[in-house]
Amino acid sequence: MSLSAVILSPELLEARFRPLEEVLPASEAPMEAERCYYCHDAPCVTACPTDIDIPGFIRAIAVGQPARAAERILQANPLGGSCARVCPVETLCEQSCVRQGEEGGPVRIGRLQRLSMAQASPDLFPAATAEVRAQKIAVVGAGPAGLAGAHLLAREGFAVDLFEAQARAGGLNESGIAAYKMLDDAAQHEVAHLLTGDRIQLRCGMALGRDIALAQLRSDYDAVFLALGLQGQHRLQIPGEDLAGVLPAVPFIARMRRGEPVPVGQKVVVIGGGMTAIDIAVQIRLLGAEEVHLCYRRGPEAMGASAREQQLARDQGVLIHHFRRPLRIEGEGGDCVAIWLQPTVLQDECCVDQGQPLRWAVDQVFTAIGQRFNPEVWGEDGASLQLDAHGKIAVDADFRTSLPGVWAGGDCVGRSDDLTVHAVADAKRAVLSMLGDLRHET
Amino acid sequence: MKPDLSTEFVGIRSPNPFWLASAPPTDRAVNVQRAFKAGWGGVVWKTLGIDPPVVNVNGPRYGFWQGDNRRVQGFSNIELISDRSILSNLREIAEIKAQWPDRAVVVSVMFPLEESVWAEWLPRVEATGADGIELNLGCPHGMSERGMGSAMGQAPELVEMVTRLAKAHTGLPVIVKLTPNVTDITWGAVAAQAGGADAVSLINTINSIVSVDLERMAPMPTVDGKGTHGGYCGPAVKPIALNMVAEIARHPALAGLPISGIGGVGTWRDTAEFMALGASNVQVCTAAMLYGFRIIEDLVGGLQTWMTEQGHTRLEDFIGRAVPNVSDWSQLNLNFVTKAKIDVDRCIGCGRCYIACEDTSHQAIGRVADSGRYQVRAEDCVGCNLCVAVCPVSDCISMAAMAGGVDPRTGVSITAQPMNWTQHPNNPMAPCPSGEGQGD
Repeated sequence: MSLSAVILSPELLEARFRPLEEVLPASEAPMEAERCYYCHDAPCVTACPTDIDIPGFIRAIAVGQPARAAERILQANPLGGSCARVCPVETLCEQSCVRQGEEGGPVRIGRLQRLSMAQASPDLFPAATAEVRAQKIAVVGAGPAGLAGAHLLAREGFAVDLFEAQARAGGLNESGIAAYKMLDDAAQHEVAHLLTGDRIQLRCGMALGRDIALAQLRSDYDAVFLALGLQGQHRLQIPGEDLAGVLPAVPFIARMRRGEPVPVGQKVVVIGGGMTAIDIAVQIRLLGAEEVHLCYRRGPEAMGASAREQQLARDQGVLIHHFRRPLRIEGEGGDCVAIWLQPTVLQDECCVDQGQPLRWAVDQVFTAIGQRFNPEVWGEDGASLQLDAHGKIAVDADFRTSLPGVWAGGDCVGRSDDLTVHAVADAKRAVLSMLGDLRHET
Repeated sequence: MKPDLSTEFVGIRSPNPFWLASAPPTDRAVNVQRAFKAGWGGVVWKTLGIDPPVVNVNGPRYGFWQGDNRRVQGFSNIELISDRSILSNLREIAEIKAQWPDRAVVVSVMFPLEESVWAEWLPRVEATGADGIELNLGCPHGMSERGMGSAMGQAPELVEMVTRLAKAHTGLPVIVKLTPNVTDITWGAVAAQAGGADAVSLINTINSIVSVDLERMAPMPTVDGKGTHGGYCGPAVKPIALNMVAEIARHPALAGLPISGIGGVGTWRDTAEFMALGASNVQVCTAAMLYGFRIIEDLVGGLQTWMTEQGHTRLEDFIGRAVPNVSDWSQLNLNFVTKAKIDVDRCIGCGRCYIACEDTSHQAIGRVADSGRYQVRAEDCVGCNLCVAVCPVSDCISMAAMAGGVDPRTGVSITAQPMNWTQHPNNPMAPCPSGEGQGD
């Protein structure tokens, strides 16, 4: 049985994805902004990995100047626009809002930021330094970390060559994040803003290990910033994983967002418990899957997806099953027809099997159990980098790798969670460190 | 049994102490009819002038200041007195009074300083069956340029003269409405009393420019590119009005002069505050203009609820009760010591009190490192109350009076013996304690 092929058309996007957008009507903004207590030493700022002056930008909204709010946000976080769309604020700034336990709950910081960033334009970024430095820097990977890094370096007067393996910049914002969070080509608008000016040369279709070599970059440039992201998909390591109809979520979402036809099953199981699991479960449902089950081997608290994300999935009719471990996938003529799941229970904080395995008839299975760094892809370049215990690029606190003159940040290093906001924070830190080191060199 | 709200103000009876002030809501019979149906105790009819009637601008008349949630905090107007002929007004007043005999109908007038005008028109006002006359000596815009309104109210001798003129030509009670656009409100009140006024009402509106249109670079409301100063009212003016009411209520020469309180009354609490400071009733305008006449239900219900909670059965139980406690600064007890106290269980850690005290006061608040909450250092706290003002949580910070012991800030023992400035050793004018400081 072959699955129906669906294209994420503009019509489908409007009809089914648009309603999931979480936007604050402009008319409600002043009232919401006035709920902010304008705290001293505000805990929301501490909670933000990029230290956005949240009370400061909210006050600008309250006094009727949302563009100044955007300016304030961009001072701390050049990707404030996509962060406003994809940040799990309920576990970051909003969770730490002093109004958390108060009536009305925390200030809706994420939505206020989103509203401010609708005003974004290249003019609102802090002015670049007038000084033009002779040093050239190579940034590899035009995802959030690479874009932030390139932008910040250019602002500091460096000439930057930004290499991207894909045809378009944006990284996961362009290809991995749920389409309903990045409507209206939001990722490309942001990229255009970030790369405004003549100090950054974006070179797409240039893959490390294929078109460019790390050793060459090191000799051609004064410094290299690796923001490679993660290419490998973790595997379930169970029988049947290679059957047709069993797919890793991230490449599927990328194809869907590029507008390519993607297969959509009728009865779908998603394995995983993070944001990507939610993203694929919700989107496959929006694309027309009749039944979508999300299976996670542990309980709801252990899930990487926040309670709000889980609720969003439920609201779209996704059935979430906790304590189900995939055993094997059954095939017929090369297609997957069923998945076997082992119920588990929590015992002394460990998941142990309990009860009889269940057989669910399915025609599509998605794996969303994380991505991994894949150094083999870069051949000798990959081999030359020292990796950490999790197989990602090892860096020090200032994001220096084991190779002199090479920094790395974003998902390809493991110093923080794999959120856009952390990628930006990594890049900020790395750029500061590069600035310091390069000054010493001259 | 519900508390009795009925009042008798200079002989004018009304079922409750809420009158609509002389203003747009009382401009014509159709409005007053609706107001009385809604339950208002009385009206002061929009100020009558002699014919030909004044002409109002045809552009915007009102300006405003909106606070949080777009709620109007301050309201300003450049409207003049009634722009309808005096006869049509008098006809409507007579109809209304006949229809609503139990409600107070007071007629506001603004006439020039010509005795013949007063002699002609006051008897005709009286003939409508109206209960009293209010002299508009306060309107600060437009009419004042013609020598009337606040132009009269700002000159005590004119206040006295006009009051005398009015009293000479009517047997009705005369209430003199005072302008706040003066250095001392009591001067006008004393003059009104000297002229024979039965009561004063205050405050009229405050001269103001409520805002500036920064695109047209002109005051708001803007009429064809220009604006003029207008009369300010609404919640923002209440503190000014309360002080002026209290100044009259506690003035020795004005004892017993009835006061009708006006200025930002919009709730039962405002009402109770005006009355506690000596007003026998209140007049309302802005609140009705913002919410409609139905707000009378909230005012009446709110006042009755509060009175029941307090055990008051009639208005006299609390009218003027706060007046004896309104004092000059020099009489305040300098031996009374309070300290701010933060309830750690209610503190949400926003740090507003900390930064306010640290930057602008006495550096008396510190952060508790492990809890992220704040606490007061009594040895630095001067008891100023700023932290209470900025705290967003209700009942989190309070001021506690020290009953005994030593003030850790000054090292001075707390004493139950009061001492005010007139007795303080730092006051060069204070009488010297016997046997000290002489002849050194």
